[in-house]
Amino acid sequence: MTAADHRPGGLVGALRDGCVLAGRGVRKIRRNPEHLVDVTVQPVLFLVVFGYLFGGAIAGSTGAYLQNLVPGLLAPSVLMATLSAGVGLNTDAGTGVFDRFRSMPIARSAPLTGVVLAAAVRYLIAVVVVLAVGAALGFRVRTGPVEVLAAAALLVAAGLCFCWVTVFLGMVLRHPDGVQGTAVALFMPLVFASSVFVPDATMPDWLRAWSAVNPVSLLTEVVRGLLNGGPVGGPLAGALAWLAGVLVVFFPLAIRAYHRRVQN
Amino acid sequence: MRPMIRVDGLVKRFGPTTALAGVDLAVPAGRVVGVLGPNGAGKTTMVRVLATLLRPDAGTVQIGGLDVVRDAGRVRRLIGLTGQYAGVDGDLSGVENLVLLGRLLGMARRAARLRADELLARFELTEWASRPSRTYSGGLRRRLDLAASLVGRPEVLFLDEPTTGLDPHVRRELWQLVRELVADGVTVMLTTQYLEEADQLAHRITVFDRGRVVGDGSPDELKRRIGGHTVEVRPAVLTHMGAVAEVIERVTGAAAVQDVVSGRLTVPVGDPDVLAAVARALHLAGIEVAELALRLPSLDEVFLALTGKPALERVAVDGRVS
Repeated sequence: MTAADHRPGGLVGALRDGCVLAGRGVRKIRRNPEHLVDVTVQPVLFLVVFGYLFGGAIAGSTGAYLQNLVPGLLAPSVLMATLSAGVGLNTDAGTGVFDRFRSMPIARSAPLTGVVLAAAVRYLIAVVVVLAVGAALGFRVRTGPVEVLAAAALLVAAGLCFCWVTVFLGMVLRHPDGVQGTAVALFMPLVFASSVFVPDATMPDWLRAWSAVNPVSLLTEVVRGLLNGGPVGGPLAGALAWLAGVLVVFFPLAIRAYHRRVQN
Repeated sequence: MRPMIRVDGLVKRFGPTTALAGVDLAVPAGRVVGVLGPNGAGKTTMVRVLATLLRPDAGTVQIGGLDVVRDAGRVRRLIGLTGQYAGVDGDLSGVENLVLLGRLLGMARRAARLRADELLARFELTEWASRPSRTYSGGLRRRLDLAASLVGRPEVLFLDEPTTGLDPHVRRELWQLVRELVADGVTVMLTTQYLEEADQLAHRITVFDRGRVVGDGSPDELKRRIGGHTVEVRPAVLTHMGAVAEVIERVTGAAAVQDVVSGRLTVPVGDPDVLAAVARALHLAGIEVAELALRLPSLDEVFLALTGKPALERVAVDGRVS
């Protein structure tokens, strides 16, 4: 009798396998801190460059600008961090390690679950880094810990929805570079054509129209409302609709592409 | 007795390419089958189908009586795989890799750790256990790879070119480890490009060429078909090749294969002592020799014997082998 006979099957077993592999992902992050550049150095650079270079021009003073920029940078940072899910899975899929997992009596979905869950740790790191560095530069949360936790939860949830876009790309494109490039090209219009860096009042009508329905803008408005105080209801409905929409479209696409890629 | 591995009419295509064109194979439990063939012969494709990584296009494959397509989940409980590419995570240490696999197989943390320590000790990796496996030498990594495929105590082990790229002494170490596994009763399928490896480890050798089985038998049977050893002669002067061929034919009674590119002549011999006779005859004929050697038959010669044509790019002027 082998050890494998003791393992639970079905959804519980699949989740357990996924969590074990997520543990592998987290360990790999700890082993390679340089892989955290996208959720540490990059957001900090954005904070410093935009805060000090453009802050005066955009908001009159760096201090006033930072109070809006710090909560604003959270959604883009998490969005860009979802790239690691697609790129990571794409890199894994070609390796002998992946073959070994697939030759083992574990849930077929486990390697995918593992990558997606391990990436969620990075979203949390991104949120903590931006808030911590923001605080060091003078940003202050004007609400309370409950609102901060709510904002973090929403952002991680957003990451868990948007990561299916990059997972889909990771499973249909051959090379990690292609996944990275395509995802960045897709996400850039979301990040910059938004109310993250500048108030949308100065934009031309067509751009303002896009910014108003852009999921990054909507998420940003919710997060600003939660951290700076203010209404969140309106943008929250829009943001949740976006997350649900992305999930409904890309989750099945990603799953299908994954099975096609690993089955053959 | 029911074979542990049974392959019937296995076909696998990749687009227009037929990688496996109807393979039949049966391996009894506790035996080692060596799958021998050049690159592109279909060896790896077959292992991937047997290890449930690829779906066959036609034919059936059973491991321990279970169908690899319909019963893939249960087949996976029986098998271990050491693929051609390192199946260990370079970022994780040796012990972390093994514990991870144990956890995936349903072991509790403690049990997984015990199993990992046991395997690390057995494969003499304890000293390296806590270092990232990316820092391992090729031989160490192969050992860890082999240990990784044994975490779940498989009954059938697939080794896909396990020693390609390894130093000869590391290769011998690995052979010893495989022998110990076989002594434990594990059934092993081993693919290799080296006849010597199959010869050392396998009870039975199956020779592949272009997706088909072109020869099958025990190592002794195969060797008898091509002669036990090969005598290789390179005359100092290229124009003496004809004269050397005559001497060889007179002494051994067999026609030598002449390779005009390398300037070498080879002939299979049943008795290694023939080497001395050839040396004497060449000396008496006054032919100066640059190289004279006795070696085991190469894969080339197995192919020549089994298919009547050279497997690799070698120019055979007189291609007949007894």
